[in-house]
Amino acid sequence: MANLTINGKALNLDVEPDTPLLWAIRENAGLTGTKYGCGIAQCGACTVHIDGVATRSCGVTVSEADGKQITTIEGLAANGVLHKVQQAWIENDVPQCGYCQSGMIMAVAALLKEKPKPTDQDIDDAITNICRCGTFQQVREAIHAITNA
Amino acid sequence: MNKHVSPQMNRRAFVIGTAAVGAGLALGLDIPFGGPTAVRAADGSPEVNAWVVIRPDDTVVIRIARSEMGQGTLTGLAQLVAEELECDWSKVTTEFPSPGQNVARKRVWGDFSTGGSRGIRTSQDYVRKGGATARVMLIQAAADEWKVPASECSAANSVITHTPSGKTTTYGKVAEAAAKLTPPADVKLKDPKDWKIAGKGLKRLDTPDKVTGTTVYGIDVKLPGMLNAAIKDCPVTGGKLKSYDETKIVGMKGVKKVVKVGDTAVAVVADTFWHAKTALDAMPIVWDEGPNAKVSSASIAQWLSEGLEGGPAYVGNSNGDVTTALAGAAKKVEAVYSYPYQNHATLEPMNATALYTADKCEVWCGTQNGEAAFAATLEASELSADKCDVHKLMLGGGFGRRGQTDYVRQAVLIAKQMPGTPIKLLWTREEDMTHGRYHPVTQCKMTAGFDADNNLIAWHMRISGQSIQFTLRPEGLQNGMDPSTFQGLAPKGDAAFGYSVPNLMIDHSMRNPHIIPGFWRGVNVNHNALYVECFVDEMALAVKQDPLEFRRKLMKDHPKNLAVLEAVADKIGWGKPAPQGVYRGLAHYNGFGSYVAAAAEVSVTDGSRIKVHRIVAATDPGYAVNPAQIERQVSGSFVYGLTGLFYGGCTVKDGRIEQTNFDTYNSMRINEMPKVESIVMPSGGFWGGVGEPTICVAGPAVLNAYFAATGKRIRSVPLRDQNITFA
Repeated sequence: MANLTINGKALNLDVEPDTPLLWAIRENAGLTGTKYGCGIAQCGACTVHIDGVATRSCGVTVSEADGKQITTIEGLAANGVLHKVQQAWIENDVPQCGYCQSGMIMAVAALLKEKPKPTDQDIDDAITNICRCGTFQQVREAIHAITNA
Repeated sequence: MNKHVSPQMNRRAFVIGTAAVGAGLALGLDIPFGGPTAVRAADGSPEVNAWVVIRPDDTVVIRIARSEMGQGTLTGLAQLVAEELECDWSKVTTEFPSPGQNVARKRVWGDFSTGGSRGIRTSQDYVRKGGATARVMLIQAAADEWKVPASECSAANSVITHTPSGKTTTYGKVAEAAAKLTPPADVKLKDPKDWKIAGKGLKRLDTPDKVTGTTVYGIDVKLPGMLNAAIKDCPVTGGKLKSYDETKIVGMKGVKKVVKVGDTAVAVVADTFWHAKTALDAMPIVWDEGPNAKVSSASIAQWLSEGLEGGPAYVGNSNGDVTTALAGAAKKVEAVYSYPYQNHATLEPMNATALYTADKCEVWCGTQNGEAAFAATLEASELSADKCDVHKLMLGGGFGRRGQTDYVRQAVLIAKQMPGTPIKLLWTREEDMTHGRYHPVTQCKMTAGFDADNNLIAWHMRISGQSIQFTLRPEGLQNGMDPSTFQGLAPKGDAAFGYSVPNLMIDHSMRNPHIIPGFWRGVNVNHNALYVECFVDEMALAVKQDPLEFRRKLMKDHPKNLAVLEAVADKIGWGKPAPQGVYRGLAHYNGFGSYVAAAAEVSVTDGSRIKVHRIVAATDPGYAVNPAQIERQVSGSFVYGLTGLFYGGCTVKDGRIEQTNFDTYNSMRINEMPKVESIVMPSGGFWGGVGEPTICVAGPAVLNAYFAATGKRIRSVPLRDQNITFA
């Protein structure tokens, strides 16, 4: 059993402590917005926030996440209002297939929390998620649209 | 060479598939639009016709037969229907009809297949007619209610107005009556210059759910009582499953069953995927690797190189007498190029969920070809068409991979062994990387001859290598020849050669290694464009001419190719000084009915680190249904194309693919992304595709710029094998 706090909700999940957090989120907590892409922390599709830090949840075990605040894409909007990154993604029509975008949005949200006005270099350094459709140009434009607003 | 005999495993599936959807139901020829009795949607709302359902609250539900995998077809097709329907765009929603419904209704929605950049261009005619027919019926229903001639009524924004009296009503109010009318025999479609909804860069309809994590992809399916399966298929194509020892995983948490899947694979079924995968990894498996276990990239390359000279070859394009002209040439240029296997690497690995009972089999999956997935379901379940259906979900990438149905078949074969329990089969990334349908491997030798005045008089292009159709669509071969091999090299058609040469020979020595090929986004134009457009630069250099000027002379009869090429040359500043240390390269091509060109600006450090600063890309797709989405497809194409150039390449060792995950098969990141400036320049009169054609010009434009910077000509892909990477 594991006690996880996901999107502000305390959950008691029947899961072994060495289970990757990604699978506990998807299969035990039933939150499928967080995606599986590689399982080796390369692609970033499974990015969530752990205590506010963008983290690839496939590379973290449930026991390592115990007692920490986990936020998934489902918990990013507050009180029914989309996060500014989600809003910018709609306004700039960023997603194509959309599969990487949960992780991409979580990574960008964490970047903006740390650096409210990131430079292109900041974006290059912080956003290392894979997008096979190739939405990078729109990702960059949308980030700048937020910071220039 | 027995080891290179290509597998024929998909042929039977196709034959059954064709029979299943009914022989003779030709695409788009027999499309009934409703009838005297209203057909109802699932929620009870009347169908005005198969494409349009209107709810009492004026919501317009547009049926989309093609799949949405990121390319934007869902929105583009809805725009085309809405344009003719004259409905309120803000009230439009969409749904996917199922392949089973399509069969039951005599293929009312036509072709479901979503590949070859055909989603819009080969269905635009009948979906627009669907919208126009519905509009005529809705107006007629209002006119009948008002007892006025329909000719006195018009429709706009879902509102019908009787002009003389000023009376109005809405689509939602008359839809029930409209659905009972006999559809008009013929409707006139709008001239695209009058479009108000189509032709505009409207936002995608599927975005809001994609930013909140609520879009349901195949991997996200949840059904009551569902179990999860992890699978391992023989790592060597042509091999089989020999044995496995399930006693070693008995008692592992969550494990329910171990099942054999066909002759080649084994799966563990458990309560969760994580448990299934963990147990599968712990289970000893012995493979009979079969006749291909010694094949390597080197042995394949050797076999292909033997096809570059002489021997039998299929001729795809020829004119004049190349042999004589080359023999008499004052100057010759010769080069050999090669292009590797590539994995689609959709970010969502292959998966499908199946529920089998004695009299029914249902599948939930992302697929680019609902009807092929349906056929695979019939074949694997051994049930008839009326007892099967496939529920299409959003795709986490397709790129051609999800046009195949191997994963659907596997899911059904597993579910069949556990009747009544829904089974979700998910491939690990490792399974996905090593069981792809790879971009075919080819080599190419080109020889060009010039006369004493440096005019190009002869060009022989010999391709040696793999045919996709030989393995995946043998019915597409013509007397053994695979015409799609000559994509972008053909004398005419929607992927024609863009140059005129007095003596030309383009031929193909077909050699099919055991690695199963596939339609990898862009397909055969990817290597053909790289070969042609790099070699054209080599020819220009040989006669000391500017690459643009050299091309122009050969393109007098190809004005549409030339127009896109000149557009990118003009915008990048060709002929004017580039910034300090920056060099330029050009490429153009015709594929999937569209004309595309790219100009690249790069700088190179130490000969091995390339910074791609800027790309200018032009597209003439004939008609631009959504220019904003075209721009996104174009900029995304440089990620797919440059990833293939720099990082791609799947190698073969001991008969199997060596790359297993993104650590060994990398994908471009945002820091490597050049700024892409897109020129969308629809010239009208034809319908071209958008999702694929641009990928093929990414590589040669950058390689030509790399040559300009270094004087070094790269003739093989990927660059990582040559220790060249992004700066």
